[in-house]
Amino acid sequence: MTGTMGTPSPIIEARGLIKTYGSVVALDGADFELYPGEVLAVIGDNGAGKSTLIKCLSGALVPDEGEIRVEGQPVHFRRPQDARAVGIETVYQSLAVAPALDIASNMYLGRELRRPGVLGSVFRMLDHGAMQRHAREQLQHLGIGTIQSITQAVETLSGGQRQAVAVARAAAFGSKVIILDEPTAALGVKESAQVLKLIRDLRDRGLPVILISHNMPHVFEVSDRVHIQRLGRRVAVVTPATHTASDAVAIMTGALDAAGATSAA
Amino acid sequence: MTSVTTIDPAERFLRRQTPIQRVHHVLHAYPAISPLIVLVAASVVFGLVNPRFFMPENLSLIGQQVAVVGALAIGQTIIILTAGIDLSVGAVMVFTAMIMASSVASFGLPAPAALALGVVVGTAAGGINGLLVTRLRLPPFIVTLGTLNVFVALTLLYSGGQTVQSQDIPDLLLWPGQAIDFGSFKITTGVIMMLLMYAVGSYVLRNTAWGRHIYAVGDDIEAARLAGISVSRLLLSGYMVAGFVYAITAWIMIGRVGAASPNAATDANLDSITAVVIGGTSLFGGRGLLIGSLLGALIVGVFRNGLALAGVDVLWQTLVVGVLVIVAVATDQWIRRVRA
Ligand SMILES: Nc1ncnc2c1ncn2[C@@H]1O[C@H](COP(=O)(O)OP(=O)(O)O)[C@@H](O)[C@H]1O
Ligand SMILES: [Mg+2]
Repeated sequence: MTGTMGTPSPIIEARGLIKTYGSVVALDGADFELYPGEVLAVIGDNGAGKSTLIKCLSGALVPDEGEIRVEGQPVHFRRPQDARAVGIETVYQSLAVAPALDIASNMYLGRELRRPGVLGSVFRMLDHGAMQRHAREQLQHLGIGTIQSITQAVETLSGGQRQAVAVARAAAFGSKVIILDEPTAALGVKESAQVLKLIRDLRDRGLPVILISHNMPHVFEVSDRVHIQRLGRRVAVVTPATHTASDAVAIMTGALDAAGATSAA
Repeated sequence: MTSVTTIDPAERFLRRQTPIQRVHHVLHAYPAISPLIVLVAASVVFGLVNPRFFMPENLSLIGQQVAVVGALAIGQTIIILTAGIDLSVGAVMVFTAMIMASSVASFGLPAPAALALGVVVGTAAGGINGLLVTRLRLPPFIVTLGTLNVFVALTLLYSGGQTVQSQDIPDLLLWPGQAIDFGSFKITTGVIMMLLMYAVGSYVLRNTAWGRHIYAVGDDIEAARLAGISVSRLLLSGYMVAGFVYAITAWIMIGRVGAASPNAATDANLDSITAVVIGGTSLFGGRGLLIGSLLGALIVGVFRNGLALAGVDVLWQTLVVGVLVIVAVATDQWIRRVRA
């Protein structure tokens, strides 16, 4: 899976994405690349189009124009299940959990496990036990949050615990790419550190991660490259090695011309 | 209680609960508990006031009185769980009943074919509601308010306002009215059909992916969509299942009444919603248990019957049902406020 110049070809690549909401232009010809095994941070001001960009990559939105390729093949995600089917898992900024459902049901929502044999095939009976067991293992594996019972409703969890459930769900099912939109926004210092550790663990398992975050110390701590989004476009890609957080913020806000920054794409 | 990670003492301190909070959590986890308590308490009180309440004949009567509303409430519960509401239940049921009865009486269709036709029509009527809700993205309240009137009108146009009398109705359609004796208890086939639908419905809602998705869509429609659920298709199927239930209920009603009247069951809409709400299912969707709606229908039946046996005027029965609805919704609001 290597390109012409010895650099690997992108796992996900997007060109000229346009997405409008009525007269609001959320994406204005955005480009994007994610390479194998990397942690790519996406930063940008509020409203720069970060969430819209990743929703196009995860199938939650269909871009008005532009092209998305996964491992070089053009894809046309029409629904979230299309992206999930190729192994792209997303933790949305809204978390996308059903509050009245329990933790295990949420982790398996949309891909429930059925009982083996006729119970499953004829009577469509769900395997609640297996789902609860796997959900518990997954949370234990992440070491995130203190959760009393896997059968408690998600709405009885704290904000950090809910985020942990959403992250655990993505980590459990992501086989190609994991996208995290502001995963530490609701978390305290300790819980944030656990999510950052999880991101490094995922990368060590060989899974590339897209991390959207406002938190510059977090971004510069874990990412290999930083995609800077401004007014619906990618204006630069920098690396923590060549740029400081304040450079990145300057590009993000337009104080520093993107052309003046050396691109690390 | 399966512990994922041990809780340190400070955490336990933060999680200490007052008795009220504990009750709150239990009601939150088991929404059918409060209707069950109300049903048992009310039965005990009515039994003390008038011992005839617990006579097998009286209990059998309550069962028969509850069968139609109880069965309708199954479809209504599914719709309310999706955060919708169905005002067309009664109209669809009566329309279906007229189709079943008059296709035999007026058009000479064999009884099984008439029954099958009614089931298809009922399911399709639910499908129309579902299509309007999902394709035109209209609120279920408005859609079903519209179809309520459409089906009432169609029923009257089709039947010419004429009741199909018992002697013109084939035995198959009257079968749900047949009583089976269990000792001194007389359980009608219609009551058994209702109970069977509750059993199947409870299984489906709890143990199949379709059932869990009904809850998820009512709980948070966007989360359900992002989790990969085809929301429109699911909602459409929910309305069709509800329509199917109304058609079976039409059959139960023909058996119970012994006739098919275009003016029957005028209170069925609100009665079915009342049963669902008293049964602890949230009008905001996503929470509740089907069995609660059976309890809710029984509570209404028990109050009406018990108050009548106690010699209380019928207007007071209606007032009590109204108070029960308000108490149930207030309880639901309180239960929903549970937090970590
Ligand atoms: N569902 C929506 N309807 C209308 N406008 C939207 C919607 N979602 C996002 N936008 C607009 O699109 C722009 C980009 O939003 P978003 O992608 O959420 O930015 P970010 O995640 O970078 O803060 C903003 O101007 C926002 O107001
Ligand atoms: Mg955002």
